[in-house]
Amino acid sequence: MKRILSFIVVVLITTGVMIGTSPGLLNSLKLGLDLKGGFEILYEAQPLEAGQSVTRQSLIQTAQSLERRINALGTTEPEVTTEGSNRIRVRLAGVTNEAEVRSMLKKPAELTFRSATAADAKKPGQYSKIELRGNDFVENGAVVGYDQLNQPEISIKVKDKAKFAEITKRLLNKELAIFLDQELLSAPTVRGELTDGSASITGSYTRDEANKLADTINLGALPLKLTEKYSQSVGATLGQLSLDQTIRAGLIGSIIILVFMIAMFRVPGLVASFCLIVHTWVVLAIFYLGGFVLTLPGIAAFVLGIGMAVDANIITYERIKEEIKSGKTIRSSVIAGSKASFRTVMDANVTTIIAAAVMFGLGTGSVRGFALVLIVDIVTSILTNIFFSRFLLNLLVKADAVKKAKYFGVKESDISAL
Amino acid sequence: MRFNWNLKYIKMSKWFYTFSIIITLLGILSLSIFGLNYGVDFRSGSNVDVNLTKVVTQEQIQTLLDKQKIGKEVDYTPGKERFGIRFSQVLTDQQVNDFKISFNKQLDPKASFEVNTVDTEMAQELEQNAIWAILLACVAIAVYISIRFEWRFAIAAIVSLLHDAFLVISIFSLFRLEVDLTFITAILTIVGFSINDTVVIFDRIRENLRFAKKKSRDDLEQVVDHSIAQTMTRSLATVFTVFIASVCLFIFGGESIRMFSLAMVIGLLFGAYSSIFIASPLWVALKGKQKSPTAGGGAAKTAKS
Repeated sequence: MKRILSFIVVVLITTGVMIGTSPGLLNSLKLGLDLKGGFEILYEAQPLEAGQSVTRQSLIQTAQSLERRINALGTTEPEVTTEGSNRIRVRLAGVTNEAEVRSMLKKPAELTFRSATAADAKKPGQYSKIELRGNDFVENGAVVGYDQLNQPEISIKVKDKAKFAEITKRLLNKELAIFLDQELLSAPTVRGELTDGSASITGSYTRDEANKLADTINLGALPLKLTEKYSQSVGATLGQLSLDQTIRAGLIGSIIILVFMIAMFRVPGLVASFCLIVHTWVVLAIFYLGGFVLTLPGIAAFVLGIGMAVDANIITYERIKEEIKSGKTIRSSVIAGSKASFRTVMDANVTTIIAAAVMFGLGTGSVRGFALVLIVDIVTSILTNIFFSRFLLNLLVKADAVKKAKYFGVKESDISAL
Repeated sequence: MRFNWNLKYIKMSKWFYTFSIIITLLGILSLSIFGLNYGVDFRSGSNVDVNLTKVVTQEQIQTLLDKQKIGKEVDYTPGKERFGIRFSQVLTDQQVNDFKISFNKQLDPKASFEVNTVDTEMAQELEQNAIWAILLACVAIAVYISIRFEWRFAIAAIVSLLHDAFLVISIFSLFRLEVDLTFITAILTIVGFSINDTVVIFDRIRENLRFAKKKSRDDLEQVVDHSIAQTMTRSLATVFTVFIASVCLFIFGGESIRMFSLAMVIGLLFGAYSSIFIASPLWVALKGKQKSPTAGGGAAKTAKS
């Protein structure tokens, strides 16, 4: 009686916790861009000047700058990660102004400060000698302020003071033009020799123009040049559609599996079904707690994981059925069956984890996401569908609540006498 | 009324070997003649999937593309709700944007888009990574099985899982189904599942071996046949459940995981098949070689246990 009571209490508490937390859990899950709409770009970074190499530090710095850039545009939760030795992956879910963000990201083109050579002097507006490059500036050092006349001015900082002093001395009262790629942005005149490494650019800028120029200089200060290698963009409605379809598929599949389990294994089947639901809840909770992003392949892995979790139960229950058929009592059948099947289940799960781990190690982007879900899924499945399920079944059996073989889906006629 | 699974699986194996070899040869032939139908993930270019809210014909889209001068070398996958357009050139942001705007303006104002673009260099790298992943997974699994079982089990398991992976690839090549990144994921998952199935049977074989007579090859075959029969209900039940999950994903799931689900469905069936008809007989063949010199051909027949 005590055992049957603890069984009921455990089931009720678990169910209560699940019902209580599920709505909050589901709403706060982070969805990937394939489910919410948005885009993903993989950039390859190259050094701005030939002969230099991409260092880990410069890559991280570039990624951070990109993130700041995106944040400045007011987009929610950008995900900027470095990958390998020279890649940066940018993921933006739920972006509405895609075109704008993309062109902004793409901009880390080459920023140069140029002066006119003797040859250029004949043609006004021509500047061909590169004096400074974007990476000569202190990152995010360009700030918009106001001068005494309340005119917007942009203050900049360079890394090499001596070099800057030399340039400003040489170009005193000449123009130092700012170029983005081949486009002339502005051509301020040098007003004095600047030795402290900072300067202000003044001119008749509007506030917007000044902001834009400051942004561009900050962008140009990105130490690396980025080229797009891969991109994926999903419309918001399409993402929602995929989400709905996949969840529907998952629900239908799960219901068929649950019905099948109960039909085949009766009481243990019911226990297994309950554990499967707990399993789903635990995986979602891990996703929430770990801050993982759920993507479409992730959901697919999740649904398949339910199939795998069921396998652990099938192996165990089939074994228990065999033991019952051999004439053992229900109680010893459950003990013997659980024990004999444990090694098999572990071996089977470990091999799949190995495959998933390889996927995680070598894969990129969505493959990685898939592998991660699969691993989380299998590990939770071991906990819920082996240990928890066994614990519940043992409570029932020890309480003598399930005494008949037919509760296990075994016909009396199949049992051979010992 | 219950079906008796006690069949002579090992004796039947030559038929299954023949079957598998024929399909494998067909696969090699198809792969060398047609190759695989690579999606943009592996072939550089851009892929645009349009989700339609009303009927739009291929001609209308072609006209639109021609006007934009990006209509050359385009493949279409028409569908009622979802229209796939694949460009062999890499579209620029500008081109994609123009296309979206004019599509919304002229054909379907509510259409939404999914755009994928991959650089050539990147595509090759993805493919190489995928092959490495499969090989590395095989090696890692082989090591694990060798430790937990013995090397003969490992060899038989690896052959059968490579068989499964290769047959799925062959079928995708034969039927010109599109291979993308999710396909690789599917192949790797199949590898995981296939080995799962095999391990369960091998586990039973190993267990039964402890109490079995193992004097002749016949004894060995009997143990294996018996082990397969014992695990048959489990094999069928498991294949059924995972199969149901994959079929549901295939039928009801989103378009972007359709090929993934299809690969899973095919792979699962081959996985169950090969565990029983390829991996197990192969192990008998390997183990039998070890036994035959000592046990000899004329070993005593054993009584049924």
